[in-house]
Amino acid sequence: MKLNYRLYRKAKNIMFLILTLGSALAVLIPLFMIIQFVMVQGASSLSLDFFTELPKPVGEIGGGMKHAILGTICLVILGAAIAVPIGVTCGIYLSEFRKSRLSKNLKLSVDLMSGIPSIVIGIFAYLMVVVPLKSFSALAGGIALSIIMLPIIIKTSEEILKLVPDHIREAGLALGLPRWKVILFVVLKGEISNLLTGIILAISRAAGETAPLLFTAFGNMYISYGLNQPMASLPVQIYTYAISPYKEWQKQAWAGAFVLMVLILSMNLFARYILTKIKDKKGIS
Amino acid sequence: MTNYNDAKIILEAKKLEAWFGDFQAVKGITVDYREKTINAIIGPSGCGKSTYLRCLNRIHEEIEGARTAGEVLLEGENIYDKKVDVVDVRRRIGMVFQKPNPFPSMSILDNVVIGLRLQGISKRSTLLETAESCLRKAALWDEVKDKLSSMGTSLSGGQQQRLCIARALAVNPPVLLMDEPTSALDPIATAKIEELMNEIKKDYTVIIVTHNMQQAARISDFTSFFHYGNMVEHGQSSNIFTNPKEKSTEDYISGRFG
Repeated sequence: MKLNYRLYRKAKNIMFLILTLGSALAVLIPLFMIIQFVMVQGASSLSLDFFTELPKPVGEIGGGMKHAILGTICLVILGAAIAVPIGVTCGIYLSEFRKSRLSKNLKLSVDLMSGIPSIVIGIFAYLMVVVPLKSFSALAGGIALSIIMLPIIIKTSEEILKLVPDHIREAGLALGLPRWKVILFVVLKGEISNLLTGIILAISRAAGETAPLLFTAFGNMYISYGLNQPMASLPVQIYTYAISPYKEWQKQAWAGAFVLMVLILSMNLFARYILTKIKDKKGIS
Repeated sequence: MTNYNDAKIILEAKKLEAWFGDFQAVKGITVDYREKTINAIIGPSGCGKSTYLRCLNRIHEEIEGARTAGEVLLEGENIYDKKVDVVDVRRRIGMVFQKPNPFPSMSILDNVVIGLRLQGISKRSTLLETAESCLRKAALWDEVKDKLSSMGTSLSGGQQQRLCIARALAVNPPVLLMDEPTSALDPIATAKIEELMNEIKKDYTVIIVTHNMQQAARISDFTSFFHYGNMVEHGQSSNIFTNPKEKSTEDYISGRFG
């Protein structure tokens, strides 16, 4: 009887282990399949030309996505230039004035904002920027991407600053420092690298977005840096090429997907690397 | 017995009361502190002594729902007066906390001079001079002079607390509040801090909350005994510890409760 019970208990334990382990592995399968698929298809279509050439007309072999790579970088920088200052300051407000009523409502709004589908953000930017200016533009794309980045940046900066214990703030105030100096030069200063990690994560998220750019930055086939002109981007270029009927373009789309994936993965890994370095450093104390 | 009657009164509390929401933690304290003395506040946990101390530099009001009533006079001026800037108050009344709290991601040097630097003093020689003199006063200079640029948080607990004392001294406040500064430290680190308090007493007035009655007896000139938010007794430490007037003071210092 006793032995039976023990066996039963052990069996339950093993069952549970198999269940959790199985779920964990099931999550990894699609991830690795995607990576492998894109790698096999993309790497074979990839050449140096891809980074240095502009697209060639249909039927001509070769050509690349130099303009789209540059375009994505420009759009992301533009988006970050808008989202980072606003996002970090908003995060500071949420963390340092967390008991105000505005703060509570703002938090809810930020949560809602992160749930807005990216295509809706694209439509919003289209209505707010493209329609009044009567042209697709890099500006509209940058604004759409900044709206994608904002909730991520706000959330991470808020969480990071909230982790700074109150006694650090009190120590600053007790030195006779005004509150704003305590926030900027004591609380924030110690968390710069953490904030950077949050920003990189937001950027890497935005860099892969297609929907907000479809009818804002729109895309083109040449290099342009004008804010009021359409600008190419990797995700949109991949989309355009992938749905085209031409074999050559489809191969280029795979190569583009591969480059985009590597770009985003490396940004993510870099952010994580900084994060662990900080944790190691803090572990000493 | 030392006569302190000639010493100038630097800080006075008048009917000082403090609340957390509806709970009254400090119930009307009136007392004065003389210049260049060490004043201990003792009492059982929850008697309001820390809250009282935090009212003296207006850091109590930083807590949500906290408020105060009454007056605190610093050299005759009420620090709770509407015309008074709280930032100025805290520059003249420094504070050292229970848990050592050096600023993370800041070097030892930066920790000491940050108060001055953020007041706009940027001359390197001035900052270095202040850092050295304050670290010396905090009896830390010899231990850190070769590693001023390493992190403040890399020091041991006792060293961190002395760093916090140096940081508080750097803005040169005439009054220094200490909230159980040695309760997180071992006896050797505690002894070092008691020693340095005797030194800084030459230039500063110290008000220290302590759980350790031997400590209060060893280092303080005056002692107040707090109970349930009231100040039961205040007087020269030699009197309080040998000849307390109140029954509850006697019970507390003889270890019958608390």
